[in-house]
Amino acid sequence: MAGRAASGAAGTGYRGLTGPLLLPAWAMIGIFLLLPVLLMTVYSFLTREFRGGVDWTFSLAAYDRFLLSRGLFGDEPPVPEWTYITIFWRSIWQAGLATLICLIVGFPTAWFIATRPLHSRALWLFMITVPYWVNLLIRTVSLRFLLRDQGPLNDLLIGTGLLDSPLRIINTNLAVQLGLFYSYLPFMVLPIYAAVERYNFALSEAAADLYASRWTTLREIVLPVVRPGIIAGCILVFVPSLGAFLAPDLLGGAKTYMIGSLIEEQFKGSQGNWPFGAAVSVILMTLVLIVLMVYTRARGRAEVR
Amino acid sequence: MAGCPDIRRYPGFAAMAALCLTILYVPLAVVIAYSFNASTSLTNWGGVSLRWYADLFTGVEAPRFRAAAWNSITIATLAATASTIIAAAAAVAMVRGGRFRGKGATFALINLPLMVPEIVTAVATLIFFSTIGLMTGYLTILIAHITFCIPFAYLPIAARLEGIEETFEQAARDLYATRAQAFRLILLPLMTPGIISGFLLAFIISLDDFIITNFVKGAGMETLPTAIFGSVKQGIKPNILALSTVMLTVSILFVTLSYFVNRLGQRSRA
Repeated sequence: MAGRAASGAAGTGYRGLTGPLLLPAWAMIGIFLLLPVLLMTVYSFLTREFRGGVDWTFSLAAYDRFLLSRGLFGDEPPVPEWTYITIFWRSIWQAGLATLICLIVGFPTAWFIATRPLHSRALWLFMITVPYWVNLLIRTVSLRFLLRDQGPLNDLLIGTGLLDSPLRIINTNLAVQLGLFYSYLPFMVLPIYAAVERYNFALSEAAADLYASRWTTLREIVLPVVRPGIIAGCILVFVPSLGAFLAPDLLGGAKTYMIGSLIEEQFKGSQGNWPFGAAVSVILMTLVLIVLMVYTRARGRAEVR
Repeated sequence: MAGCPDIRRYPGFAAMAALCLTILYVPLAVVIAYSFNASTSLTNWGGVSLRWYADLFTGVEAPRFRAAAWNSITIATLAATASTIIAAAAAVAMVRGGRFRGKGATFALINLPLMVPEIVTAVATLIFFSTIGLMTGYLTILIAHITFCIPFAYLPIAARLEGIEETFEQAARDLYATRAQAFRLILLPLMTPGIISGFLLAFIISLDDFIITNFVKGAGMETLPTAIFGSVKQGIKPNILALSTVMLTVSILFVTLSYFVNRLGQRSRA
């Protein structure tokens, strides 16, 4: 026993090599992601220069613009600015709603797949995974193509006599919502599936033996047990939805603006405002970090219990 | 007795699963179907034809698409190769290196590209390149792609490594194999399915990326997704449907390949 432990400690000879082996990964991500994110935070406290770019003097102008309105020439007493808060609020409820709908469709799907025989389970999972790997841009374009005023969906509805005039879905919040739901649905199914697959069905049997109805069992036994999977799925849908750019840009219009479009606009051409774009990105990142921290703490509590 | 299969079945769940697949596949199927439409109009069906596929090679936009395809494919190949090598080295250190200081931080760093919202990564990268004065273009796209592909390549490689017992290499070392020999003759062949799988996933992720590329590409530089986006902004045309179908097929092909390589690996392990 001691001998094996000793040879195990000797390992396979990669101990002294961890530094050199990890160096490329550290360097790449450290220099080209971590450092840029820190620099972006610095940028959000700089002064805007015309023609895009910044002037390296400290300023809170970007955050001030986000929260307060000082009139057209900046000389009026500050009043709360609602434009950007409205965009954030819309992004949060669109992302929240997309998460809820994904959950309503995703949970039964995940349950259904996890209760299939082993060989068909792999095929079902594969079918769910494939769309995830298909280019998000192409998927969003295909949804736009399908939902257009003269698109196949409206052709079908009018052709079958269900409708007289086309449904105008494109450029509405509904279209953006459908886009978010469609984009991130596989993210909901996969973690819930992983949780249901580990679920011990004897618990359900026990509940049934004690005369619990199927739905009571689902509510009282199944949902609490698979909760970590559900929370993981919700995070995986909510976080990318919050910063989504393609769905609001390609399916929405001026009234469906979300955070992603707001940020992108600040870096386009000379009309942009880099410090403001950086500040909005910092606020978005902070929101995401809060969500992830709440998630980590909730998971920690669940494990302790 | 009857309760046994019953507890697994809920009314409506099967219908929901069917609905889920329908939602996921109908838009793609519609695009594929209409890409074979002979008509110039998107609305009317003019019979089956390959004219829009021919248009990709001979049409007005053909030179633009050709340049974009070349950029996309070379960037994806280079980025996937580089990120796979970096990820494989990191995975060996993380799985085989025992405990070391900063292991948790390193794990967080490797997964950082998955944590930061894509649009934030895009903004941060653009600001960084513009500050250090690196001209945006091919090189900046490549650097950004290598960076965000690392976790995608890392995950399958690390998963594969964790399933390989150390005893094989230890036996080789006991028989006086050098560390290099043990790696080349034992560990590398065993981890190859994970490496291939990681490479394929990194390749698709790079090929598919739009948001980050759009920020760091600079003027005049296009990859396939940015070219498609530019065209779609002027309205969807049939040639875009054909191009989308081609890209869709490539993605599905690669995922299927990665899936089977993984399955093959699992069988050889068992």
